[in-house]
Amino acid sequence: MLLGKLTLDAIPYKEPIIVAALSGAGLMGLLVMALITKFGKWGYLWKEWLTSVDHKKIGVMYIAVAMIMLLRGFADALMMRAQLAKATDGHLGVFPPEHYDQIFTAHGVIMIIFMAMPFMTGLMNIVVPLQIGARDVAFPFLNSLSFWLLVSAVILVNLSLGVGNFARTGWVAYPPLSELGFSPDVGVDYYTWALQISGIGTTLTAINFLVTIIKMRAPGMKLMQMPIFTWTCTWANVLIVASFPILTGALAMLSLDRYLDFHFFTAEAGGNAMMYLNLFWAWGHPEVYILVLPAFGIFSEVISTFSGKRLFGHTSMIIASGVISVLGFMVWLHHFFTMGSGADVNAFFGIATMVISVPTGVKLFNWLFTMYQGRIRFTPPVLWTMGFMVTFSIGGMTGVLMAVPGADFVLHNSLFLIAHFHNTIIGGAVFGYLAGFSYWFPKAFGFKLNEKLGKAAFWFWQTGFMFAFIPLYILGFLGMTRRLNHTDNAAWDPWLYLACVGALLIACGIGCQLLQLYVSIRDRKQNLDVTGDPWNGHTLEWSTSSPPPFYNFATVPHVHDIDAFTDMKEKGEAYKVPHKYAPIHMPSNTATGVYIGGFTTLLGFALIWHIWWLAIVGLVGIIGAMLARAYDNNLDYYVQPDEVETIERAHFEQMGIDVDNYAERDADKPRRGSRPTTTA
Amino acid sequence: MSTYVEHAHDAHDDHEHHDSGSQTVLGFWFYLMTDCILFATAFAAYAVLYRNIATGVSGKEIFELPYVLGETAALLLSSITYGFAMIAGHKGNKSAVLGWLAVTFACGAVFIGMEVNEFHHLIAEGHGPNVSAFLSSFFGLVGLHGLHVTAGLLWMAVMMFEVAKTGLTGRAMTRLNCLSLFWHFLDIVWICVFTVVYLKGAM
Repeated sequence: MLLGKLTLDAIPYKEPIIVAALSGAGLMGLLVMALITKFGKWGYLWKEWLTSVDHKKIGVMYIAVAMIMLLRGFADALMMRAQLAKATDGHLGVFPPEHYDQIFTAHGVIMIIFMAMPFMTGLMNIVVPLQIGARDVAFPFLNSLSFWLLVSAVILVNLSLGVGNFARTGWVAYPPLSELGFSPDVGVDYYTWALQISGIGTTLTAINFLVTIIKMRAPGMKLMQMPIFTWTCTWANVLIVASFPILTGALAMLSLDRYLDFHFFTAEAGGNAMMYLNLFWAWGHPEVYILVLPAFGIFSEVISTFSGKRLFGHTSMIIASGVISVLGFMVWLHHFFTMGSGADVNAFFGIATMVISVPTGVKLFNWLFTMYQGRIRFTPPVLWTMGFMVTFSIGGMTGVLMAVPGADFVLHNSLFLIAHFHNTIIGGAVFGYLAGFSYWFPKAFGFKLNEKLGKAAFWFWQTGFMFAFIPLYILGFLGMTRRLNHTDNAAWDPWLYLACVGALLIACGIGCQLLQLYVSIRDRKQNLDVTGDPWNGHTLEWSTSSPPPFYNFATVPHVHDIDAFTDMKEKGEAYKVPHKYAPIHMPSNTATGVYIGGFTTLLGFALIWHIWWLAIVGLVGIIGAMLARAYDNNLDYYVQPDEVETIERAHFEQMGIDVDNYAERDADKPRRGSRPTTTA
Repeated sequence: MSTYVEHAHDAHDDHEHHDSGSQTVLGFWFYLMTDCILFATAFAAYAVLYRNIATGVSGKEIFELPYVLGETAALLLSSITYGFAMIAGHKGNKSAVLGWLAVTFACGAVFIGMEVNEFHHLIAEGHGPNVSAFLSSFFGLVGLHGLHVTAGLLWMAVMMFEVAKTGLTGRAMTRLNCLSLFWHFLDIVWICVFTVVYLKGAM
C-alpha cells in the first residue's frame, strides 16, 4: 500500500536490451558525476548554473537538455529503422510489438516535446532579450522555474525506461486505446503527467517572453522594428498561450477518465473519443507552427547576415508569420479527414490548409530576394538554410497534396504522412535550430565552431534525410501504413533497407556534430570571438561582448532602425567607450526553481504509481516553496559602476581599444564591419 | 553594496525589476487568458457531451435552480466586496481592506460549501461522474471552476496574513490587484456556467 502500484516487477530486469540501455546510461551518468567531483565543480555548477536566473545560462541548459534528448530520441529512431529493415518477409526482428510500440511512442513524444521544444525555447532564451536590448526577461525566477518543470518532465519520461513502461499508444495517445480498459498499466500515465508538467512550463515561458517583449524593449525600438527572430518568437508565444491550455484540458480529461472513472472519451456511457482528437489537434496543429516559426526567424537572420544585406520584406515577414499563426488555428481537422465530418467541413479545412502555403511562399521568396545580389558567405548556418529551402519546399508540397481530402483518404496513416511531417519538422524546425546553434554559438560561448565539421555534419544530415524519408513517400504509395512492427511484402524491402541507410547517414551527421563540439572546445583559443561580432551582424545581440556580461549591456542601447547594430556601426556609434557607468539592477540567483522541480517530479511519480501520501508531500512541497519565494525579500541587487567598468574595460582592451586615451574623434574613423555600400 | 542598495529597496521594495508592478499585472493578464482557454475547453467538452446521458439522469432532473441561485448570489456578492477592498486599499486603509477581504472570503467559502454539498448529494444519490458522459463533463466543468475558487480562497487567506503583517506595501497592492483580476474573472466564468449549464439544463 505504501508504494501504490509500484512493485519490484515494474523494473524490467529480465529484458537484456533494456538492462543494457539502462546500465549504459547509468555508467555515463556516474562518469559525468565522477568527473564533476574530480574537478571539484559541484559548487560552481550549483551556484553558477543550476540556480541561475540568467536567461543566457538558462538557454544554454535548455539546449543541453534538448541535445541529450536528441540522442535518446534518435536512438529510438535507429532502433525502429533497424527493426523494420530486419523484420521483412515474415521475420519478426529484434523487438516484440509491445516493446516496439513503446519505442515509436517515446520517439515522437521525445522529439517534439523534449527535443524540439527545449531547443527552440533555449535559443529564444539566449537571443530574444539580447536582440531587444534588455538585461533579462520580465520574470527571471519564473524562467528558471519553467526550465526545472521541463527537467522534471524529462526525468519522468526517462524513468519510464527503468521503472514500469511507457505508453504504447503512439505519441498522440488516442482513446479509447489510451483509456484504462485498453492501457491498464502506467505507460499512459507517464505520458500524461510528463506532457502536463512540461506543458505548464512552456505556458509560463510564453507568458514571460510576451511580457518581456512588450515591456522591456530598448528605448526607440518600435514593435515593427523588432528583429525578425524576436518577431517569430512572439508569434510562437502567442500560439503557445492560445493553444497549450487546450492540451492541458484534454490531458486532464483523459486523466480523470483513467483515475476517477469519468467518461469524457471512453467507448461506453456516452463518452466521445473523437472529441479527444479534436482537442488534441486544436493544440497539436498550432504546435507545429510554434516549432517552425522561430526556425523561420533564424533562417531570416542567417540569410540576411550572411548575404550582407537587410532582410527583404521585413514587414511582410512579420505579417506572413501572423497570418500563418492565425490560419494555424483553423486547420486542425485535416489530421482526421477520415472522421466522417462530411464533404463541406472537409472542404473548408482542406482549403484553409492549402491557404497556409501562401504566406509560407511569401517567406520563401523574401529569403530568395534577400540572397539576390548579396555577397553570400557559405558558412554552415547558410548551408542549413539553403538545405531547408529545398527540403521544406518538398515537405510543403506534399502537405498541400494531402490537404486534398480525397487524396488524404488514400494516404491517411500511411508512411507518406510520416515522410511528410518529418520533411517539414526536420527540414524546417530542426535545420533551423541547428542553423541557429552554429550562428549564435560564438555569442553564447565566445568562440566559433569548427567550420569543416559543421559542413560535414550538414551534408550527412541532408543526404541522410533524403535517403531516410524519400523511400517512405514511396512506401506510402505502395500501401505501407505507419506503426507496423514487421512486414511481409517483397516490394517494400529495398525501400526499407534504403531508409535504414539514411538513418545511419544521419547518425554520421550527429557524430560529426559531437566531434565538432569536441574539436571546437579543444581549439577554442584559435577561434576566439574578441569583438562580439564574428559575422558582421545586424542586430543588437552582436553589439555586446561574446559571451555577453551577465547584465548584457553596460549602457542600454538606443534604437533607430530595424538593423539597429548595422545602423550604429554606420553612424560610428558602435564600440563607444562611455564616460561613466550607472549601477545596474539585477535579479539574484535562487534555488527555488530547482526545489519546485524536485517536488513536481515527486508529485508526478506519485500520481503515476498511485502513491497518494507521496503526492501530498509533493504538492505541499510545491506550495511551500512558492510561499517561501513569495516572502523572500532578497530578490535583487545592484551591480556597482566600478564592477561594470572593470568588465567593460577588459572587453575593450581585448578589442584593442585604448580606454584611457579614448577620445571622441576616434569614433569618427571608419569602423570595421559597416555594411558594404552597394554600388549602382 | 553601498548606498544604491538602500535606494533600491526604497524605490522598489519588493520587485524583481524596475516597474515590475505593471509587468506583473500584464503577465497575470496573459495567465488569465490561458485560463480562459482552459475553461473554454471544458465548456466545449460540456457542449459536446451534455446530451449523452447514457443510463443516467439529465440536467433537468437534478438541477435545483433556487439553490444554485443562492450559490450565485454569494459569489457575485463577493465580487462587489472585493471591489470595496480594493477601493480601501487605494486609500491606504488597512483595516478596511482586511474587513472587506474577510467578507469576501466568507462569501467565497459559502459558495464552495454549497457546491461541495451539491456534489455530495449528487454522488450519494447515484448521479456521480462515473455514470455518464454528461455527468462527467458537468463535474469536470463545475469542478474546475470550484478548484479555481478554492485556490483563490487560499490565496486570499495568504494575502490577509500578509496585509496584517506588513501592511499595504507596493508588493501587497500588486498582489491584491492580481487576485482581484482572478476573482472577477472567476465570477464572469461562473455567470457562463450558470447560464450554459444550469439555466439551459433546467429548461
